[in-house]
Amino acid sequence: MNYVSPFLFWAFTGLMLGFALAVVFNRNPVASALSLVVSFIGLAALFVQLDAFFIGSIQILVYAGAVMVLFLFIIMLLDLKAEQRRRLNPFTAIGGAAVILSFIAELITVLRHVPGGNNPLPALSGRGLSGQGSIDDVREIGFTLFSHYNFPLQVVGVLILVSTIGVIILSKRELK
Amino acid sequence: MVTLNDYLLASGLLFTIGFAGVLLRRNIIIIFMCLEMMLNAANLSLVAFSRFNLVNGLPNYNAQVFVFFIITVAAAEVAVGLAIIVALFRSRQTTHVEDVSRLKF
Repeated sequence: MNYVSPFLFWAFTGLMLGFALAVVFNRNPVASALSLVVSFIGLAALFVQLDAFFIGSIQILVYAGAVMVLFLFIIMLLDLKAEQRRRLNPFTAIGGAAVILSFIAELITVLRHVPGGNNPLPALSGRGLSGQGSIDDVREIGFTLFSHYNFPLQVVGVLILVSTIGVIILSKRELK
Repeated sequence: MVTLNDYLLASGLLFTIGFAGVLLRRNIIIIFMCLEMMLNAANLSLVAFSRFNLVNGLPNYNAQVFVFFIITVAAAEVAVGLAIIVALFRSRQTTHVEDVSRLKF
């Protein structure tokens, strides 16, 4: 349980990053959306390897399920064709490449100095709320959510209500 | 052996790919998908930090609650954003960001 197989880690990381690249380089929006689904599934597998089972499941249910179905629905509703190759503005291309390369360089520099960055995965030793000695993350997250983060949870409920009303108003035919 | 740096590298590369998509693609729906990818990269580093910094021998569940909130807000954001894209498409018949360069038409 406290051991992450390096082979599985790099396999799922490769899956996630490879299909993320496919999202950027596919011309067809439907193919991009389906690649993003695979990328999110790889990410959910990484969450499960980190013993975050609840986060991994809602990643699959909410992202790979609900959000991407919404994306596909909108792409098919708008009937988007594969976009014709437009010439990229050279300033955009050069600026974009420069920003991305500097980002990667910064990433490498910062990762050298992360405190505890080279430690292996620490062993889980605690007995949680269940007292069984096994990891029980839904119970722990639920307890934290409803004890320490009760007010933010209700604010998020209001946010979802407001966004529902906003979507209905935005998608009416005529705004008055 | 998999270390914290490996997870942070994967998360940073995912963020960079999403950022590249936002900068280089001109289709507004693809840009929106790349924004989601960047949010997920942040989630990956949060979960990795939570697992590598144990509190009483268990992962730090505050970080996972934070991830839960990020996923909730991102789902609401996707709904509103896609409604805006549909409204935009209705009035202009395009999803190219270069065709939408004026606030008032």
